[in-house]
Amino acid sequence: MARPKTSAGDWLFQKGTGFFALVIVLIAAAIAVILWQRSLPSIEKFGLGFWSTDHWDPVAGNFGARPFIWGTLYSSLLALLMAGPLALGIAVFLSELCPHRLRQPLVFLTELLAAIPSIVYGLWGIFVLVPAIRSFESSLPDVIRATPFFHGPPLGVGMFAAAVVLAIMVVPFSSAVAREVLKAVPAAQREGAYALGATRWEATKVALYYTRVGIVGAIMLGLGRALGETMAVTMVIGNTPQVSLSLMAPQYTMAAVMANEFPEATSTLHISALVEIGLVLFVVTLGVNALSRLLIWSMTRRRAEPVIVAPLVPEEKTA
Amino acid sequence: MKFRDRWRRVVSILMMTVCFLSVVIALVPLAFILFFVVTRGIGAIDLDFFTQTPKPHGEVGGGMANAMLGTLIVTGLGGLFAVPVGILAGIYVAENNRSRFASLVRFSADTLNGVPSIVVGLFVYALVVLPMKQFTALAGGVALGVMMIPIVMRTTEELLRLVPSSLREGALALGATRGRATFSVVVPSALPGILTGVMLALARIAGETAPLLFTALNNHYWSTSLVQPIATLTVQVYTYATAPYEDLHRQAWAGALVLVALVLGCSILARLATRRLERMHVGGH
Amino acid sequence: MRKALAFAIAGLLTATVPLIGQSRINGSGATFPDPIYEKWFSEYNKLHPDAQINYQAKGSGGGIADITQQTVFFGASDMPMKDEDIAKLPGPIFHFPTVLGGVVPVYNIPGVTAKLKFTGATLADIYLGKITKWNDKAIAAINAGVNLPATDIAVVHRGDGSGTTFIWTDFMSKVSPEWKTKVGANTSVSWPTGLGGQKNDGVAALVKQTPGAIGYVELIYALQNNISFGSVQNAAGKFVEASLQSVTAAASGAAANMPADFRVSITNAPGAESYPISSFTWLLLYENPKDKTTAKTMNEFVKWMLGDGQKLCAGLGYAPLPANVVKLELAQLAKIKLQ
Repeated sequence: MARPKTSAGDWLFQKGTGFFALVIVLIAAAIAVILWQRSLPSIEKFGLGFWSTDHWDPVAGNFGARPFIWGTLYSSLLALLMAGPLALGIAVFLSELCPHRLRQPLVFLTELLAAIPSIVYGLWGIFVLVPAIRSFESSLPDVIRATPFFHGPPLGVGMFAAAVVLAIMVVPFSSAVAREVLKAVPAAQREGAYALGATRWEATKVALYYTRVGIVGAIMLGLGRALGETMAVTMVIGNTPQVSLSLMAPQYTMAAVMANEFPEATSTLHISALVEIGLVLFVVTLGVNALSRLLIWSMTRRRAEPVIVAPLVPEEKTA
Repeated sequence: MKFRDRWRRVVSILMMTVCFLSVVIALVPLAFILFFVVTRGIGAIDLDFFTQTPKPHGEVGGGMANAMLGTLIVTGLGGLFAVPVGILAGIYVAENNRSRFASLVRFSADTLNGVPSIVVGLFVYALVVLPMKQFTALAGGVALGVMMIPIVMRTTEELLRLVPSSLREGALALGATRGRATFSVVVPSALPGILTGVMLALARIAGETAPLLFTALNNHYWSTSLVQPIATLTVQVYTYATAPYEDLHRQAWAGALVLVALVLGCSILARLATRRLERMHVGGH
Repeated sequence: MRKALAFAIAGLLTATVPLIGQSRINGSGATFPDPIYEKWFSEYNKLHPDAQINYQAKGSGGGIADITQQTVFFGASDMPMKDEDIAKLPGPIFHFPTVLGGVVPVYNIPGVTAKLKFTGATLADIYLGKITKWNDKAIAAINAGVNLPATDIAVVHRGDGSGTTFIWTDFMSKVSPEWKTKVGANTSVSWPTGLGGQKNDGVAALVKQTPGAIGYVELIYALQNNISFGSVQNAAGKFVEASLQSVTAAASGAAANMPADFRVSITNAPGAESYPISSFTWLLLYENPKDKTTAKTMNEFVKWMLGDGQKLCAGLGYAPLPANVVKLELAQLAKIKLQ
């Protein structure tokens, strides 16, 4: 009973929507291609040495990007160290313990944290956080100043300021995803624990153990966010290419150097070096995000699709 | 009660307190930031701020009227670009759930989602600004659009998935084509949620700075042209924040306040809309 | 729904149709002259409402990059373009000096309000990282009577491509052989030490906010923000402060022997009254621009700038151009192909 009109309409529907789906694939591919193409001169000239050299000299044409990858990794890891436990604590509280009335407003508040534009964090960072950190650094006793972690003049701007701002920005993302992951724990697990006489915390431990892979994924998602953050970081990190363990030392990240130097790069090599940094950042962020999604997906097998950052999707009514 | 049990109780209460504290600690910066933005920003908000353009270097006064218009324009452009592409692509992926191409599309969208905003700016600079030999509002809109597409697509896909298949099957059983079934029946029931998601996505890209730095640049004048550089709230706040003049700092806080109000407003609206939807769904059929 | 669509299309059309008769000119570049440029463009716009010149100060490096890519109509730089960079351009370009300015060493030392004296060697050593505390012997020796604290010196420099950096490092290369060999002079150098700020604004902000900091900015940034700045020893051995007179004195020699392409450096100029860290700053305009209408408007602006515009300089601490230089520039302006 197939009518010709049906197949024509269906065909139009399929091809029409399919076209727009193709646009997305093309854009993603175009980004990868353009990044690759434009970084070729730098890749060819410096090879892997690009990432193990410290000296970044646009004028002489010597580009060593190690300070940037150091700055990015160090700031992100520090941020995760601070944000991870916090995000977990929030997720646990909101999914296990929170009195029902409080839940919606608190969830809303944490989502608000996620929605604040990063420039506002940067503004707050420059005028409130940095002076506070500067006075904190100035008041440190000399014995602490002697350690490699607190070496250098108390400038306020530096690695610590960047890590704090990043941590504040990462917490809402990670906690939202962690919450979604915790929701995926079958009721039977918790009920079983309570039936055996577990305390609140012990039942939570069971849930956390069950979702441990997903939790790691949630935290990695936060890492992905921290790696690419540009504005808030460049406003408080001091923008100095150096590799230093010191939390007080001004340093530089991959995203920040691209934002600051790209507008004025004239030589092909300089542009290419910056784009190569962009390419690597892109690939690393992609890898981290993909891995985290894989981990989370394996946790929420109840749904057919991986759970991405939930804040934009209205709360699902549990079946 | 044995000692061990009492100890377990204590640990439980302790850990739960720690978790509660982490909520407090997380919310403290939020309160802090909002407090500063409101107190420092509100002093600077006056009629001038909303009606005037920036004054030359060092002169006190002026406002961000052109920047606010600029933010509306580039965000609108971004939405114009991203909403049709995102929604239609989301429909495709939701309808063709299992196909290999759909997986590819999903993967591409997730890739786009994860691209650092500065890289998006670089990409659009190479693709739009260089060939046009001009910094333009259009390029800024494209950059924001690229960032918005995956969000819209994801939202659409997830919401369409939630629509009970009985709806679609009913429509098909009545003889509708797939297109008709989707557009007349499935999508409308998910539409309110999709629109909420779009609004949240718009609020999110309105707050972006990095993609606009090399695309829309900035403009001291009142401008509505799509093929000229344009001022935006975010870039203007960034420029003023890194300047030494106290007056510009004051204006930067005011700009930040406007941005936060925008985001808050959209979030609250979205929440209200969602709640109304839930009530409608529960009540309806 | 349909009405909304109609409105949207109408709105889009009005947004894209350029306002009739409006001339929109975009330029970018140096922050060194940004205050006077913004004043000029704003005043010129008041006199000629149809001419909107949008100048984005992002550093001389950015201006040179943009004018090379032709994403702006004119560039601005405190460093004359190098031959190898000029070779990359699609066509010949003219340098038009606009004002004279001075780069001053600014500092923020808690408890010190006196005007410090600096020799070229001390400045170079501070920026080389050899002098690390404010009460160092070298600084104390030339500043007898000032109570210098034992605070660490927080060196601030430009992190972006900057003509101001060029002027500063050009001076240091002339007075410190060690600086010349180790670092050299350019818009962007490999700084041995210090914190990077973006644009003159960023350096001024960092110095203002960081106790113990030293930086270098154009004079007006120090004046407008009430940041202490010091005097510098010139080639004749005198400690001179940046001012209209001292900057003009530095240019007098060069003005008499101006090269045809106006590319000249006046740092460490001879003369007892000369301020040693002075410089011209240039507008970069193509000889044969593609957009003739815009070129005509820009030309009119440059004529005004060389005439009435120069009267506004002093109010912002910049020295006006010497009269003979103005004449030579008007001759160069006539060479721009407007047909």
